[in-house]
Amino acid sequence: MSMVWIDLSAPEFLSPLLLTLKVAGVAVLLSLILGVAAAYALSRRNFFGRDFLDAVCTLPIVMPPTVLGYYLLVFIGRRGIIGQWLQETFGITLMFTWQGAALAATVVAFPLVFKSARAALESVGEQYENAARTLGQNELAVFLRVSLPLAFRGVLSGGMLAFARAMGEFGATLMVAGNLPGRTQTLSLAVYSAVQAGNDALANTLVFIISIVCVVILMITSKLLQPGF
Amino acid sequence: MQFELNITKRLRCGGDEFLLRSRFATTDAALVLFGPSGSGKTLTLQAIAGMLTPDEGHIRCNGRVLFDSAQGINVPARRRNLGYLFQDYALFPHLTVRENIGFGLKPLFGRLAKRDRDRVEELLDAFGLGAVGDQKPAALSGGQQQRTALARALGTSPRLLLLDEPFSALDQPLRVRMRDELSRSLKSFNIPVIMVTHDSDDVAAFAQSVVIYRNGRVEDIHSARELADSGQNLAETLQKQAEKAYA
Repeated sequence: MSMVWIDLSAPEFLSPLLLTLKVAGVAVLLSLILGVAAAYALSRRNFFGRDFLDAVCTLPIVMPPTVLGYYLLVFIGRRGIIGQWLQETFGITLMFTWQGAALAATVVAFPLVFKSARAALESVGEQYENAARTLGQNELAVFLRVSLPLAFRGVLSGGMLAFARAMGEFGATLMVAGNLPGRTQTLSLAVYSAVQAGNDALANTLVFIISIVCVVILMITSKLLQPGF
Repeated sequence: MQFELNITKRLRCGGDEFLLRSRFATTDAALVLFGPSGSGKTLTLQAIAGMLTPDEGHIRCNGRVLFDSAQGINVPARRRNLGYLFQDYALFPHLTVRENIGFGLKPLFGRLAKRDRDRVEELLDAFGLGAVGDQKPAALSGGQQQRTALARALGTSPRLLLLDEPFSALDQPLRVRMRDELSRSLKSFNIPVIMVTHDSDDVAAFAQSVVIYRNGRVEDIHSARELADSGQNLAETLQKQAEKAYA
């Protein structure tokens, strides 16, 4: 393959890039909120079924994306329990939309936030939280003023990894949102289509950009995890 | 101060079971809980602060019920209005000395009120921390860390101060100095204290009464005044008690 540069503002490149950033951005935001909340609940409360919940939250890391995509189809598809309810109550369709792609990316990215947030929150010394309580702080204030700031680096690095994972998401997205150019075709899907169509120049550029973004994210993440940073 | 406590707590630690049965009442303003490590004195202090929920019993302070299993009352730690000086100080590492001291006064959203800002500055001055107000706790000496922790605990104007082994993190010469300093601060703030220690010098320096713990139980209670009146030496009596406890 020869490296041929193309105009970066061309729609066949710009549209999947912008869509990918939108999908990954929404997915990371949702995973951060859900992942940190789940991590906090599981790290602070000991209840029956905690280990099972932890396994469920971690499952998307080990399951094939197509299996996750199938689960999503079952639940949010036109005849799925949630999908039907959303359609009838709000008129929202997730199938073959960018919102569906964002949901698929969220499911795949969520465990990365959950795992690192849980490890970070568990390493926050209990005495700091107790100190805040004796100083009159309620549980929300303890979390926002003490636990979260002390676990911040771990949560942030989890968020970075989740962003990288969401950007590269392929399998679950394809199952749920399809591969519609301009509507649900993200970068990784565009690479696949470009290769299938024999458009090497486009594939090269897309691959190059994805690689750069992922390397930068990994470098920032390892920097964040360094002690003393 | 009128203080009354009668609690039991069963704890499982590995395969061993530890039974804490703690019971004392005092009207003195300075009470020391004395005993070897693992005798239940720190657990008692945590129960008073509301960090540990006893299985049964009650805790009352100046007529206010903090905990009563029979009445189903368990005031959460944040509403007990007690100051707590942690053994390792538990200063918030991500905040400056000034922010640590103002922690209990600052609302979740928004800034410190003018009155509270003045109070923080007063405390910084009172504890000689003005020069390090913008430093993080990691940059402080052991003595400065303890002063910061004390100023933070006093910031919310607690009705009672709980001190958990306040000098154990300090080396010997500093320990002697900080003991004098703490003694003076407590007098000037005029606040009743309950202190946990295994150092008989602390008892001699602070105690109006001393509660002696052993194996999770209260072994004995002495009033410093009564001991002195009956011609006994407090330090010697404690030394004997300590030897018995460690035997």
